[in-house]
Amino acid sequence: MKTAIIQFPGSNCDLDIFHVLKDVLQIETNLVWHTNFKSVDYDGAILPGGFSYGDYLRAGIIAAHSPAISQIEIMAQEGKPIIGICNGFQILIESELLPGALLSNQTRAFICKWVNIRVETNNTYFTRNIPKGTILKIPIAHAEGRYTIDPKGLKDLRENDQIVLRYVDETGNLTKIGNPNGSMDSIAGICNNNRNVFGLMPHPERASEKILSPFYSSDGLKILSKFVHI
Amino acid sequence: MDERSTIKVNLTQKEIKEAKIRLGREPNETELGMIDVMWSEHCSYKSSRKILQKLPKEGKRVVVGPGYDSGVVDINDDDIVAFKVESHNHPSAIEPYNGAATGVGGIIRDILCMNCRPIGLLDSLRFGNPQSSHSKWLFQNVVKGIADYGNCTGIPTIAGEVEFDESFETNCLVNVGCLGFGKLKELTLGRMDNPGDIIILVGGSTGRDGIHGVTFASRVIGEESELDRPAVQIGDPFVKKLAIEATLEALRTGQVTAVKDLGGGGLTCALSEMSSKGKSGVEIDLNVIHVREGKMTPYEILLSESQERMLFTVIPEGQRKVLEIFERWGLSYSIIGKVTNTGNLVAKYNNRIIVNIPPKLLTNSPLAVRVAKKPRTRSKKSTSKPAIPNNISELIFRLLKTPNIASKDIVYRQYDHEVGVRTVLKPGDADAAVLRLIGKNKAVAIKADCNSAHCFLDPYNGHASAVAEAARNVVATGAEPIAITDCCNFGNPENPNVYWQFRQAINGMSYMLKGLKIPCVGGNVSFYNEDETTGNAVKPSTIIVMLGLIENLKLITNIALKRTGQSIILIGKTYSELGGSQYYRLIDFPKGKPPSAVVSRENASIKTIMQAIRNGYITAAHDCSRGGISITLAEMAIKGDLGLKIDAKLIPRNPNVRIDDLLFSESNARFIVTTPKPHATKVLRLARKKGAPAAIIGKVSSDNYEITWGKSRIAQNSIDQMKEAWERAIPEVMVGP
Repeated sequence: MKTAIIQFPGSNCDLDIFHVLKDVLQIETNLVWHTNFKSVDYDGAILPGGFSYGDYLRAGIIAAHSPAISQIEIMAQEGKPIIGICNGFQILIESELLPGALLSNQTRAFICKWVNIRVETNNTYFTRNIPKGTILKIPIAHAEGRYTIDPKGLKDLRENDQIVLRYVDETGNLTKIGNPNGSMDSIAGICNNNRNVFGLMPHPERASEKILSPFYSSDGLKILSKFVHI
Repeated sequence: MDERSTIKVNLTQKEIKEAKIRLGREPNETELGMIDVMWSEHCSYKSSRKILQKLPKEGKRVVVGPGYDSGVVDINDDDIVAFKVESHNHPSAIEPYNGAATGVGGIIRDILCMNCRPIGLLDSLRFGNPQSSHSKWLFQNVVKGIADYGNCTGIPTIAGEVEFDESFETNCLVNVGCLGFGKLKELTLGRMDNPGDIIILVGGSTGRDGIHGVTFASRVIGEESELDRPAVQIGDPFVKKLAIEATLEALRTGQVTAVKDLGGGGLTCALSEMSSKGKSGVEIDLNVIHVREGKMTPYEILLSESQERMLFTVIPEGQRKVLEIFERWGLSYSIIGKVTNTGNLVAKYNNRIIVNIPPKLLTNSPLAVRVAKKPRTRSKKSTSKPAIPNNISELIFRLLKTPNIASKDIVYRQYDHEVGVRTVLKPGDADAAVLRLIGKNKAVAIKADCNSAHCFLDPYNGHASAVAEAARNVVATGAEPIAITDCCNFGNPENPNVYWQFRQAINGMSYMLKGLKIPCVGGNVSFYNEDETTGNAVKPSTIIVMLGLIENLKLITNIALKRTGQSIILIGKTYSELGGSQYYRLIDFPKGKPPSAVVSRENASIKTIMQAIRNGYITAAHDCSRGGISITLAEMAIKGDLGLKIDAKLIPRNPNVRIDDLLFSESNARFIVTTPKPHATKVLRLARKKGAPAAIIGKVSSDNYEITWGKSRIAQNSIDQMKEAWERAIPEVMVGP
């Protein structure tokens, strides 16, 4: 079973996630340049974080028009698991594989910080077997991560159980303090209706080895390890 | 020189004469412009070269010392670290956002040239009074410039420091450092050794931006400096990211013989330094260079400092392979010429030779003769002291809120310090940042340090202290200090008092480096950090970037208190050295003696801590410097969210030392560590063996921060309140409450 990490010009978390999948989880993984990516060759795909095309115009929008995204669309229809992390989430939104928008953080500044993320549903490919309500400690690092959607869209997300992760405070509650970028409904990650396409702002690959965590945890693996069982 | 010349040169009449003699003829206008740039202070180090010779450069780990794009050290098993720090003060003072951003861009290229992957950035920033609107403007834009640029390149910004002092009001200091990992057998040096190699210019196009940036940086800042804004380059971090990946990939082909970054002095500097080092020559065609603007003159093309450009030399057979890589990354390039054996730098334009000059002439400027004179002592090192403070609890609060002590979270929160999955100790966690080598049981610690107030009062001891403090900072994380690179920031070297400061600084650094057996593998000098209108120079400030090696990932130590009941031990003696301290600055007391730096004391303390950490005794370690013991303890408590109780009577000291000295003096050679109780006597025994004064001064508690004198309490504060004061101080000033 093979996973592709798709590299756009300006991707910069590609090697990090490659390290976690290959060295930590020992999954067969390829780094694939965006123009070379073919969906038939892979069982799952990762859109890594970074600044694809320098975030020019708007974060993720240029990559969303790359031929690789047409291939990703095919994969999504086939029900293969696809995860977009940070800039990858922005690309999934801009390519309309996921609904809503990611706006500038409320503080108008880039924020790099370890935050608490609560698992809101385990009915997705990536959160299965993680008990609902589990708090994960994972860092964020972005300038445009404030999730926003129209009221109808938000209602749909809630009704269809598409809100996968929410930002919470130390005690696991939804509070202003726990919501670092001002996201609507504290949304940190969502999935599509088919539940196989998942976008999130936090970086699980940065929280996959105890040595890197201020909490000596490896919560990111809870999500990324799902690629083992494709 | 032609009197009707359209270009303005900064060379002295004597230098112009010297150039004529060496060339054996009148230089033409383009050549004169090239000489002007290369003989500027910024490129030539004409005022500093001789004095810099005093710094120790030898060591068993030194692979590449000063003189190349960055210093390189060996960290065993074929692994190497390249690191370098440079100033971007002048551009940042005029155009803080782009000035700081392009500082980051430039330093990244210096690491790439050595065939090392850049894996960490650090920045050392100095601003004026944080209350002034000018300082706020500089602060906000410099930080944003670094963040926007660094974050986009995917290199984490992992360490640094910020100091506020009135002397930096007009001339802020922006020193940017970078480190990279590579392999010893793959190391490349920026030199042209093989005639016949093809020269390729890659990356951004050449424009009119930044022309004479270096001569601008070799002048004081005055009212006219606003007009120099076009001399500030504009960066593009996206192109930089592509250039990083393309460069590393091209180097992996084995077809590339050298890479050099185009920074100050542009093509002129890169071509002359590379061919001069390789004792070769160069022949290039200026018509083929990809330019961004029409009708650029040869002079402009040769001197442009446009960003994101790299120069490659490639063996002819490898040309196609390398170009394919640039094409895949979407990078523009021009094949501009070849390396020759003529010993001359030849540039053609419209099939005419317009430059023909020996590269050595450019790279080996005449030395500038400078006079050093000790300034009249500003204040007598008087023994007078302020009244003993009566409310120490409150004083500690006020100190925690002073901008030089308060949390810099607002700065590093804007930097992606996690990308690369190497950052073990993050900004604010410890005395130095720690980056692991993926897949190995080793890591490096890195820290930038300087205390401008101390360096001003006593440049010799102040700079020796900066070296010592930087060493202590990496030691506190569990590392062995192995090398430094530095960045000297001074006023106008033509002023004898400034030149004296510079000489004292290098002497002081040299004393401490030799004593600690740490080599200096690179450096950068920035002079003319002076405000022409007021005549004020910046306080002398040489930033020391210390690199440490950790050979066991399990022994990495941070500053946070860990567990109630653990013993708190102070290593090193506290002296009455409050001159330039945060305490005296807070109460505006302009006297007192600044801390002395003594090699034997540093060695004893450093060796104690290194051994104690290796023996597994230490649970938290913090260098004791700014704000003194009281603040060091407060930071450990805030970070650990635990309290402590110490007895100041137990602090190792001389008999005449007062309570304010004990709590606030910034004496060198001190650490505060915690250890599980059973290990406490072992740490004391170790200290005795190494010759360091040490005492158990108290223990970690579950609630308050408490200091006693024997049985009587002299300070008590809540940790939460201290934390709030410390965290909110800078955001309140910079952003508002």
